[in-house]
Amino acid sequence: MSGIPHDHYEPSTGGEKWLHKRLPIVGLLYDTIMIPTPKNLNWMWIWGIVLTFCLALQIVTGIVLVMHYTPHVDMAFASVEHIMRNVNGGHMLRYLHANGASLFFVAVYAHIFRGLYYGSYKAPREVTWIIGMLIYLAMMATAFMGYVLPWGQMSFWGATVITGLFGAIPFIGESIQTWLLGGPAVDNATLNRFFSLHYLLPFVIAGLVIVHIWAFHTTGNNNPTGVEVRRTSKADAAKDTVPFWPYYVIKDLFALAVIMIIFFAIVGFMPNYLGHPDNYIEANPLSTPAHIVPEWYFLPFYAILRAFDSEVWVVQIASFVTGGIVDAKFFGVLAMFGAIAVLALTPWLDTSSVRSGRYRPSFKWWFWLLVVDFFVLMWGGAMPAEGIYPYISLMGAAYWFAYFLIILPLLGVIEKPLPQPATIDDDFKAHAAKTGGTKTVADPTPAE
Amino acid sequence: MRQTNDETNQLPATERRDFLYYATASTGAIAAGAAVWPLINSMNPSADVTASGTVRVDLAGVEPGQRITVKWQGRPVFAWRRSPAAIEAARAVDLDELPDPVDETDENPNLSGEEPALDENRAAGEDGEWLIVIGVCTHLGCIPLGQDGSAVGEFGGWFCPCHGSHYDTSGRIRKGPAPRNLDIPPYTLGEDLQLVIGT
Repeated sequence: MSGIPHDHYEPSTGGEKWLHKRLPIVGLLYDTIMIPTPKNLNWMWIWGIVLTFCLALQIVTGIVLVMHYTPHVDMAFASVEHIMRNVNGGHMLRYLHANGASLFFVAVYAHIFRGLYYGSYKAPREVTWIIGMLIYLAMMATAFMGYVLPWGQMSFWGATVITGLFGAIPFIGESIQTWLLGGPAVDNATLNRFFSLHYLLPFVIAGLVIVHIWAFHTTGNNNPTGVEVRRTSKADAAKDTVPFWPYYVIKDLFALAVIMIIFFAIVGFMPNYLGHPDNYIEANPLSTPAHIVPEWYFLPFYAILRAFDSEVWVVQIASFVTGGIVDAKFFGVLAMFGAIAVLALTPWLDTSSVRSGRYRPSFKWWFWLLVVDFFVLMWGGAMPAEGIYPYISLMGAAYWFAYFLIILPLLGVIEKPLPQPATIDDDFKAHAAKTGGTKTVADPTPAE
Repeated sequence: MRQTNDETNQLPATERRDFLYYATASTGAIAAGAAVWPLINSMNPSADVTASGTVRVDLAGVEPGQRITVKWQGRPVFAWRRSPAAIEAARAVDLDELPDPVDETDENPNLSGEEPALDENRAAGEDGEWLIVIGVCTHLGCIPLGQDGSAVGEFGGWFCPCHGSHYDTSGRIRKGPAPRNLDIPPYTLGEDLQLVIGT
């Protein structure tokens, strides 16, 4: 594997040599686990291991849940209740799986915003970023389809609303919607195919995760300074890095253990806190719940979807320019997918040559405003679409797009960045001196 | 002579090679498409779903003012025996006040071609007493409220709770994000009040 210079695996015993000639798998694993990692990574670099754990947790609990679940409109709801009441430990498995999805999204949002702050998306890590975005999209599709499977009211009506988004596409939308649903409305055909795809996509995600890791093992990890590890020699590289094993493995496992304490407290004591009571009512195609609310992790984008009604001037202009082809409904759909598209295009929208937000004095403020904006949108998406709430969502959506399309391109030109350290080691020593000159290289001071 | 043949064949040989590449790639693409199409098509509505397209309902027992809901193709159809006041309210509306003043053929299959969304064109029965619409909000597919007579919205028809769309007593969108009037299913309503929904 190319990348930062370091010692590679050398088979020593006869058996290892025999295998290495035929399949260098031990070498691959060794080089992956011993990868030189910047020694100044802070606590925001733990989310990768949490995400890997979540994927494994979801696949393992999911495979067992499938052994008891029936994907049929007449039996799905009852089979989930069967899991809850009759299957040994079934309620625990289901609560782990349902709350595991929430932990997955907590971790992925922390991971994404970490990348946004420290410029992890910048060259040469654009491919890592894009693959990450693909993983995020696949996660959203998987979570959405999984939520349909218990066949409660929110399952059914969430599926109706979200597949209705495709119906908003001009001319071909309704055919696409019918094709997605397998009929004129959400029904047994829909449930079956969602079940099939919900089982498939996690393995696609697993494949993408391997490519994601491969990509950033080629470029090397980013780090809080944004300064690259020196590649001039093995000795120089060694000054800036520590091997992933054991240093970061132990640190990450400690963080995972702390997170698991919180996670199991939620699973054990408040497993339905993040759910909706309406989903314990069996799906009824003839009655819509008063408020259809998606799961919390979709709320920011749901708010953007609903923010653009026909009263908003950009919608009216879009409708006028396209002769009515882009109406308010389609505009909302475009805005929602556009909000994720601009996120994916960040590497090409940010014009600053400084990677880490630590050395960008004005960028910091805009970034933290984006974080606040994300939570405001989340709140706006949870509120009913009346009164002041659509206006708040609209302001939130406006800032979201302004951040990526106006602020990031302009800041790179007008902002005067602070001086950056020459090497990771320089910065590390400066920090170590400030905090009392501790000798442990493995546990750098959590920066920021 | 052998050597002469080789020289004369040099240029055509590369062109032949290019042609073979393109031909192979095209054949491969067509074969891949042909192999994938059955998989895609299998996700379209199956025969039993398409076949369940006709529903018969006896409307003789419906009282004036009463609304009933019929399930058709997995979706609710609203049948409303409207009161004279509701009919009058629907017919008093000017077309200019409607966000969607035109019903296209697929929105009202009982008409031939585009027609103005007048109540006369949307209702059926003696004096336009009957209004038969698909009870699916044209915004994002929720079921509007109003069938039980409460929560009928600001215009007396239906109100969609999901995103606040108001429909009038002719099922036309009047306020809110929904882009179109409630669709009308293909149906026939005989003299004996036998309603047949579907074709």
